[in-house]
Amino acid sequence: MKFKTFFWFVAPSVFMMLLFIAAPLISVFIQSFQITQPVMQQIEVETCTPGFLTQTCTTEIKTVPVIDEETGRTQTTTAWVGVQSYQNVLQMDKFWAAIGSGNWGDILQIDFWKALRFTLMFTLVTLPLVIGVGLMIALAVNNATKALRGPVIFISLLPFIITPVIGSLSIYWLFVGDGILTATLERWLDRDIAMFAQAWTIELLMYFYRVWHVAPFAFVIFYAGLQTVNMDTLESAIIDGANRFERLRYVIIPHLMPLIIFIALIHLMDCYRVFDEIIGFRSQAHVISLQWLTFDFLTPDDAGNRAISRAAASAMLTMVGIVILLILPLRRTWRDHKGGAH
Amino acid sequence: MSKATAQPLSLKVASGAFLAFWCLIAAFPIAWIAVMSVKSPRDAFDASAWNVITGPATRAAGNGLSLLDILLGLIVLYFAIRWAFTRLPGMVEQYSPPGFIVLGWLVGAAVYGLLFVLIFFGALPLVFGMLNSIAGPLGTPILGLTTEHYVAVWGENQFYRNFINSMIVTAGVVTVSLTVGTLAGYGLARSGSNLAFWLLIIALVFRALPHSVLVAGYLPWFINSAEILRPILGDLSPTLYGQPWAIIAVLVAINQPFTIWMLRSFFQNIPSELDEAARVDGCSHFQAFRRVIMPVMWPGVITTGLFSFLLGYNDFLVTALLLDAQNQTMVPAIAGYFNRETTTTDQVEAVAAAVSITAPLFLLVMVFQRQIVSGLTAGAVKG
Repeated sequence: MKFKTFFWFVAPSVFMMLLFIAAPLISVFIQSFQITQPVMQQIEVETCTPGFLTQTCTTEIKTVPVIDEETGRTQTTTAWVGVQSYQNVLQMDKFWAAIGSGNWGDILQIDFWKALRFTLMFTLVTLPLVIGVGLMIALAVNNATKALRGPVIFISLLPFIITPVIGSLSIYWLFVGDGILTATLERWLDRDIAMFAQAWTIELLMYFYRVWHVAPFAFVIFYAGLQTVNMDTLESAIIDGANRFERLRYVIIPHLMPLIIFIALIHLMDCYRVFDEIIGFRSQAHVISLQWLTFDFLTPDDAGNRAISRAAASAMLTMVGIVILLILPLRRTWRDHKGGAH
Repeated sequence: MSKATAQPLSLKVASGAFLAFWCLIAAFPIAWIAVMSVKSPRDAFDASAWNVITGPATRAAGNGLSLLDILLGLIVLYFAIRWAFTRLPGMVEQYSPPGFIVLGWLVGAAVYGLLFVLIFFGALPLVFGMLNSIAGPLGTPILGLTTEHYVAVWGENQFYRNFINSMIVTAGVVTVSLTVGTLAGYGLARSGSNLAFWLLIIALVFRALPHSVLVAGYLPWFINSAEILRPILGDLSPTLYGQPWAIIAVLVAINQPFTIWMLRSFFQNIPSELDEAARVDGCSHFQAFRRVIMPVMWPGVITTGLFSFLLGYNDFLVTALLLDAQNQTMVPAIAGYFNRETTTTDQVEAVAAAVSITAPLFLLVMVFQRQIVSGLTAGAVKG
C-alpha cells in the first residue's frame, strides 16, 4: 500500500486521537505548572446599622473578586508556579516528617499516598485471583457436557457486561446495613456487622467485585485457548505417565502462557484505572484510588471552584505510573517486532 | 475419548459443583436486585430471604400475583419470546426497504418492545383482574409484586430523559467510531510499514491512559470554549461543556485505540488476495475497500460496535464531569439518588433505576452472545 493511500485511510482516526488524546495530554502537562486564580482586590466597605439617635457605621476592608464589567464574570489570572501543585498533591513535607518520626502509618493519611497504596495493592491482589478463577471456570466448562456450555457462558457474561457502577452497587445493596447477606451473616455469627464502617471490609468487597467482574473475560479467553490444545502432546504426556496435575502444569499452562500474559497486561491497565468501585461502594471516606483523586479535584467544591492545577498535577503523576507499568511489555513487543522483521 | 483421559467420578462431581457455584455467584447479585426492585420497601430490605422473594408486605398492600396470573403470564411470555425468534426476522426482512435492513431491525425492535410493554403492563393486568375475581382459590394472590418503583423512576423522576440522552450518546459513539475505525483498521491491516507499527504501539499506550487524565485536559477548554473560539467563529461559538455531541467526540477518541486494534485483527483475517484481485481488475484502494471488503466485513464491525456501545453506555467518569444536569446520561444520573437516598423508598427507587439500566445489557448478551465471545477472543488468541 502506498504511503499516500495509507495516510488517507488512517487520517480521520489519527486526527481524532491527536485532538482528543495527545493535545489534552500536553495541555495537562502545562496546566500542572500553572495556577489560575480569580483576581482579588481589597475594598473598603462601610456598613451602617440603624441605631438610636445616630446610625452605627463601621468600615472594614474586604477581599472580593474583581468582576469584569463587560462579561459579568470574575477576572482570573494565570501564573507559573513551578512544582507547587505537585507539592500540594504529594505533600512531601508531611511525608518526610512521617518517615523522620518513624510513624510510617502517617504516610497513608495523605490522600495521594493513600490512593497509591490502594491502587497498587488492588492491582496486585486481583491479578492472580482473576487468572486463577478464570482458568478454573474454563477448565470446568471444558469438562461439562456440550448442552450446558451455552447457558453457562451466557450467565458468566452477565457480570462482565454489566455497567461497573451498577455492578458494584448491586453488591453494595447485598451488604448494606440491612442487606440480605449482612442479615444472614449476622444471624450465623450472632453479632452486629457493618461492612461499610471500616476500610478493610470495603476493600475486601472491592477485590471480590473486581474478580467477579473480570474473571468472565479471562474465562472466555482461556476457554478459547483450551480448544486449541494439541491432543497429540497431551496423549504422549499420558503415555509418559504424567498424571492429571502434571498434564495441566506442563502441557496446558505452557500452551496458555501467551494468553495469561495478554490477560495480565489488559488487567494491569484496567486495574490501574480503578474508579467505578469507589463510586458504587461510596467508599471515598475510607478507600480512594488515584483516578478518583483526580476526579475529586475536578469536581466543583461547595464554592463552585475546581482545583484544575492540582488535578493536572495528580493526573501527571498517575501518567508516570502507567508509563512505568508499560515499559517492560512494550520493550518486549518492540523486540518481537524487530525479530519478526529479519 | 480414550480410557486414559476418562475422568474419575469425584473429579466430575467437583468440577460440576464448582461450575454451579460460579453460576450462582455470577447471577445472584443481578437477580437479587431485580427481585428487590418489584417489592415494597419493607419487603425489599427484609432480613429473611424468603420474605424478600414472596413479599408479604407488598401482597398486603394489594399488589400481588395469583397462581393463575403466574401461569398465564409465563405462557404469554413464552409465546412472545418464541414469536420474536421465529416470525419477527421474516417480517423485518419483508417490510424493510432493500439496503436498509439495519434500520428495519431498529424499527422492528422498537415496535416489538413497545407492544411488549403495552401487553404486559397495559392489557394483562386488566385481564388478570377480571379472571381473579371469578377464579376462587386459584385467584388469591400468593406472590407480592409491584411496579410502583419503576413508575416513580420513569414517570415522576423523568428517567426517560436520561435514557434518551444515553441513547443519543451511545448511538453517536457507535456510528462515528465505527466509521472512522474501519478505515483506519483496514489501512493498518494492509500496511506492513514501520509507521503502522508505531501507530499501533502509540494507540496501545493511549488505551492505557486513565480517563481522568484526559478529562483534566478537556475541562478548562470546554468551559471556556465560547471565549476561545469567538475570534474564529464569532457569536456562534458554542460552550462545549454540557453538549452531548462534544461528549460523543471525546468518547470516540478514547475508544479509537481499542477499535483500531480490534478491527485490524478482523481485517487481517480477510485474505488480502481478495482486494488484490479487485486491484488487478482496475479498482483503486478505496473502490476495493467499498466493493470487495465492505460486504464481508460485517461480523467484525458488529462485534466492535458492541464493545463501542458498552464503552459509551457504561461510562461514568467522562459523562459525570463533562455533562451538566439537564443533559445527564443514565449512569451518572443514578448517582443523583445517592444524595437524596434517605428513606428506604428512595433506596428501592435507586434499585429500580439500576435494574432499568441493566435490562438493555441483558438483552444485548441474549442476542449477541456469539459475537461478544468472538470479539473477546479475536484479539487474544491470534496474539
